[in-house]
Amino acid sequence: MSGGGEGALLSVGGLAKRFGGLAALDGVSFELGAGEMVALIGPNGAGKTTCFNLLNGQLRADAGSARLKGRELLGLAPHAIWRLGVGRTFQIPATFASMSVRENLQVALLSRARRLGALVAPAGEAFRDQADALLARVGLLAEAGRNCGVLSHGDLKRVELAVALVGEPELLLMDEPTAGAAPGERFRLMELVEVIVAERAIGVLFTEHDMDVVFGHARRVLVLDRGRLIAEGAPEAVRADPRVRAIYLGAAAGRG
Amino acid sequence: MLDFLVVQFLTGLAGACSLFLVAAGLSLIFGVTRVVNFAHGALYMLGAYFAYALIARLGAGPLGFWAGLALAALAVGALGAGLEATLLRRLYGSPELFQLLATFGVALIAEDAVLWLFGPEELVGPRAPGLGGSVRLLGHQLPEYDLFLLALGPAVLGLLWLMLHRTRFGVLVRAATEDRDMVGALGVDQAWLFTAVFAIGAALAGLGGALAIPRSAAHAAMDVEVIVEAFVVVVVGGMGSVLGAFLAAVLIAELHAFGIVLFPDLTLVLVFLVMAVVLVLRPQGLLGRAEGIAREGPAERASLAPPRRGIGPGWAALALLLLGAPLLLGEYHLGVLTEILIFALFAASLHFLVGIGGLVSFGHAAYFGLGAYAAALAAKALGWGLGPALLLAPAAALVGGLVLGWFCVRLSGIYLAMLTLAFAQILFAVAFQWSALTGGDNGILGVWPPAWAAGGARFYYLALALVAAALFLLRRIVFAPFGYALRAARDSALRAEAIGIDVIRWRWLAFALAGGFAGLAGGLYAFFKGSVFPAALGVPISLDGLVMLLLGGVGTLSGPLLGALAYKLLQIGIATATDFWRLYLGLVIVGLVLAFPHGLGGFLAGLGGHRRGAPGRGG
Ligand SMILES: Nc1ncnc2c1ncn2[C@@H]1O[C@H](COP(=O)(O)OP(=O)(O)O)[C@@H](O)[C@H]1O
Ligand SMILES: [Mg+2]
Repeated sequence: MSGGGEGALLSVGGLAKRFGGLAALDGVSFELGAGEMVALIGPNGAGKTTCFNLLNGQLRADAGSARLKGRELLGLAPHAIWRLGVGRTFQIPATFASMSVRENLQVALLSRARRLGALVAPAGEAFRDQADALLARVGLLAEAGRNCGVLSHGDLKRVELAVALVGEPELLLMDEPTAGAAPGERFRLMELVEVIVAERAIGVLFTEHDMDVVFGHARRVLVLDRGRLIAEGAPEAVRADPRVRAIYLGAAAGRG
Repeated sequence: MLDFLVVQFLTGLAGACSLFLVAAGLSLIFGVTRVVNFAHGALYMLGAYFAYALIARLGAGPLGFWAGLALAALAVGALGAGLEATLLRRLYGSPELFQLLATFGVALIAEDAVLWLFGPEELVGPRAPGLGGSVRLLGHQLPEYDLFLLALGPAVLGLLWLMLHRTRFGVLVRAATEDRDMVGALGVDQAWLFTAVFAIGAALAGLGGALAIPRSAAHAAMDVEVIVEAFVVVVVGGMGSVLGAFLAAVLIAELHAFGIVLFPDLTLVLVFLVMAVVLVLRPQGLLGRAEGIAREGPAERASLAPPRRGIGPGWAALALLLLGAPLLLGEYHLGVLTEILIFALFAASLHFLVGIGGLVSFGHAAYFGLGAYAAALAAKALGWGLGPALLLAPAAALVGGLVLGWFCVRLSGIYLAMLTLAFAQILFAVAFQWSALTGGDNGILGVWPPAWAAGGARFYYLALALVAAALFLLRRIVFAPFGYALRAARDSALRAEAIGIDVIRWRWLAFALAGGFAGLAGGLYAFFKGSVFPAALGVPISLDGLVMLLLGGVGTLSGPLLGALAYKLLQIGIATATDFWRLYLGLVIVGLVLAFPHGLGGFLAGLGGHRRGAPGRGG
């Protein structure tokens, strides 16, 4: 099953976004099923991050629809979309730099419990065990007391994953989850994601520049070029697609 | 009627000229360097004084007059270049707050320098030779000089446009305005570009000031008047847009020209209302570029260790000292200490917004003043006792924070700062002009506490108890989930939204809470002084609070308290030692910013060895 049909977790149709004269996303449609890992690839500037920003409400779409189990996401604020079960990690890690790793998770856990409005009770002890359990899961327990502002890039990516899991998402959007990590680290991180996805039947949409990671972990690959989906299918089929080859050979020099 | 409208419109256009020159300079500088130059009003003022002095030297003939104006502008331009090269260049990596305070310090220095060099009396400049008369237009007299200004504004706009679009320098300026990183990538010598832009911006301000003297006298407060208006113009026009500055200058000047006829008492309110409406409808200003997803800029971050249990020996000693103070201090010094306590609460409430919430407010006096007026009106107009009046003070300010904050939290960064300033100025204007309620300039007098709280020691203990309780509560809030939510939104609004935090809503509540605490400080201040004047809502009070944060650093919760102590002692110490307290205060601020570009608190924390590895440079 390739995520199609009635039971799709996420179905995106005609998604479009312009920045001034530039069509960053130009009528993109695809579907994604529960428990499925799908890679969104394409050269720099293809519109991958923009696609994520539209799906989690960071940016407002010009046209199109994006339904999570039938529920329209477009038009909602990011915090509302998160409550519907969409987790997100960022291309440039976004964590709370003045807080410890554990506190980053505690804030997310407090948010899920809708307890951030509490004015007097100290937050330091709240959900400590749950936070530590999640940190253990992503292999960061040893760093729990350290400040996010001083963490390495690879560790920050793990914090991002742990934080995104707090919401018990049904859909996980991961923007270049392994960028900046060492090669061995990349596979370990993606294997971890794969295990979690299998456990909880989460749907994952991820972007990735490392083709070995893409072909090693994606069940299906979507290829984006200048805002349009130009190919879609199983990794092997996509790899053989001449249009994809043309883009990747042509764009190889432009990658930063 | 139509004739009158036309003439009034032309007068407005003439008035727009100086304002446009100042605002265009401010906007150019901001566009390239991302520094909001508070000293820009001072540069305008110096332009006026320099022109006056130069014309007095060169003679008021045609050559002397025009050469005087041009030389004044050049001199101010050179001063601007010097300012950039010696001071601002060191602060480009610092938090916005520090850049603002540094330029504010320069403005203070300039004010006293002008007083010292030229004396306190107003200086009426000479008329422009050949343009001293007036022409008859539609049955009304229009000064020739106004016609000259009317033509000069668009002419300068045209020249700036040519410079920006037809020269290589202009291409660089525009590129830097649109994307600062790009200039670095192009391999341009950034230092040179920044100095040049600062010089041009300063020269424009100087020219604006010089051109103003035939119309209105030069005086040592003209810098504040013009800087507030220039901020309005730049914000309404769009930061970095010269054409926007022109349109907004015309808009504001016309509001003045017609407002003075229609609502003579409300022109100030009108101007700021227009600004508030523009900002809410079009946050980037008329011609400003909308920022995409906010870039998370440098900010001094309070990286707070969770509270320890129990009271440390330092705090216990401090508590003992404060409790015993009435035994040790005389009436006067106890009064000073009471004032310090009140301002410590004010500074802490501002710190809650700025340090914890990352929301730099330039108008925190709004809530201080609301509290002060609420308490005074409750006591005098409603005949309430001290207790209820001191309850009403924070309540009124909290409601004020809810109302004004609702608008403010929709903006961010410098736009937010400007909107807070605008709201405070609106309240100031209301307090000033609604004399039936507020007594206007005469204020509300005789707001004394009842006998049980009257007198140095009793009122001191009352203030100590309330301030200590409020600070304790504020501290609890900072370490409660709400405080974490605020810090989360400050550290990364993107991430906060992506984990379900409704950033706008929490920031809104933060405004209200900070307002409430500031309101309590204001209420206490009203009873402490026995009176309230519009100055309680004024820009200086807002700035005092910011300087306290600068002195104490925003990295710790005790920072603002230390800052309030240091600032008040400095202010009192300098004021008793010299007439030129602004000069010394300005020097202290500039010196401190240069010595500790990331805050005194951060520096002290660094000395103490930070266990948690505070983020940021230099910590
Ligand atoms: N906020 C924005 N404002 C203007 N242009 C943008 C913005 N975000 C992205 N773009 C442009 O949209 C295009 C797609 O960008 P992006 O989605 O980041 O690509 P990718 O993630 O595939 O590298 C690029 O040309 C980029 O410059
Ligand atoms: Mg991207």
